[in-house]
Amino acid sequence: MGQHLISAKQLSRADIERVLDHAAALDRDSPTDRRSGTLLGLCFFEPSTRTRLSFEAAIKRLGGDALDMGAIEASSVTKGETLADTVRVLAGYADALVLRHPSEGAARMASEFVSVPLINAGDGAGQHPTQTLLDLYTIRENVGLDDLSIGIMGDLKYGRTVHSLSLALTNFDTTQHLISPESLRLPRGVRYDLEAAGASVQEHTDLDPVLPDLDVLYVTRIQRERFPDDAEYRAIAGEYRIDATALDDAKEGLIVMHPLPRVEEIAPDVDETPHARYFEQAKNGVAVRMALLDLALGGGGIFAERETGSLADWNEGEDSP
Amino acid sequence: MNGPDRDDRSERDDRGETDGGHDHELRVTKIRDGTVIDHVPGGLALTVLGVLGIDGSAGEVVSVGMNVPSDRLDRKDVLKIENRELTRDELDVLSLIAPAATINIVREYNVAGKHRVERPEQVSGVLSCPNPDCITAGNEPVVPTFDVLEEGVRCVYCGTILGAEGADLSEHADIG
Ligand SMILES: [Zn+2]
Repeated sequence: MGQHLISAKQLSRADIERVLDHAAALDRDSPTDRRSGTLLGLCFFEPSTRTRLSFEAAIKRLGGDALDMGAIEASSVTKGETLADTVRVLAGYADALVLRHPSEGAARMASEFVSVPLINAGDGAGQHPTQTLLDLYTIRENVGLDDLSIGIMGDLKYGRTVHSLSLALTNFDTTQHLISPESLRLPRGVRYDLEAAGASVQEHTDLDPVLPDLDVLYVTRIQRERFPDDAEYRAIAGEYRIDATALDDAKEGLIVMHPLPRVEEIAPDVDETPHARYFEQAKNGVAVRMALLDLALGGGGIFAERETGSLADWNEGEDSP
Repeated sequence: MNGPDRDDRSERDDRGETDGGHDHELRVTKIRDGTVIDHVPGGLALTVLGVLGIDGSAGEVVSVGMNVPSDRLDRKDVLKIENRELTRDELDVLSLIAPAATINIVREYNVAGKHRVERPEQVSGVLSCPNPDCITAGNEPVVPTFDVLEEGVRCVYCGTILGAEGADLSEHADIG
């Protein structure tokens, strides 16, 4: 059935195209009652107002409603209830759940305990697949997803949007240029997947040499807390900022993307260039989440079933000591 | 099948090469009850002991042959652990470090069971995830589960990879 969306790893090219096509159709027709009477549970165990609002806008535009379960969770969590118990309870109140949680693998685990569709809206430094789908949508609308040269720059180690995007892009004919400081390169697990997928990936510490080749430059924020001291942070983060002048050597059609919020990594003067796409990207989040929710609530499953099966299957043959 | 010399016969499979001396030496340490782990890659015996949580502090009698010439492995380690039989979980973890190992369960000097370890596609409940931010690190009702890769294993929840190198695995073994 493939009813849960946990990781970009589960997305095949056909899956992605199905969601993006549906998003484009919903974007054109802006329906208002396709899912009237449905309730979406928003379970945010860490704050992310933007993502939460984007899901809320999506379900309301489909004619459904959202339950913000934040308050319930906060009180249960402080009482020491497990996530597994919490989601089992919440699943009884809603037709689908959206989960954001600080622990990696939280969505995968939670999905094993619920029978309604569950969508991962970010689990720690792990996966953030709905962001990936809206990124892909934005890329496809602007420059297409094949024969693409994309630069992904900034914090590639902790940036979950980057992990998901990079994996999903392996479904397409793309060359990925990963641009980051040495200390913030992609983690081993993601690297392993990229290799296994036969991805065409090149790593760089400097944007300038690859900029002229790029169709897309995806910028992410380098956070202060990744560095032991302020001076080191300032020195390194400063090298991964762009402004309008820095893009002089770029292709005319280059698009610049960012998951937002940005702080200093993209100077405001880039907003005025024809390259900027980050606000459009954020807006696309609603259409893509509408498409996902519509498919999830339609009962047919979001995707074809692959490797996100239930853990219960694996435990059957287990010997206990 | 279970003749009294079965334990030693497995050594003989490897003889015929450089020296017959090790055969003799190992016969000296022939055990009455316990487990003989043979065909461990040369030099990994101590890692295997680490993974099994055997450090001698519980008084176990353990004989170790290291870098014994072998047909199959070039150099192999052999471990004899008295009064201890390995559980399925322990065999699963062992398979990750020493995929070619053979296990002889010895009872009253007889080999009561002899098997090769099998590499499972997944291991559950025998390793803990080293990622402190992994959902399995908390108090959730979930069994840490790893996909077995060609080299190493990978947490199915957070994706963290534990290396094939024994040190990595023994540090996170959670069996017994
Ligand atoms: Zn883990």
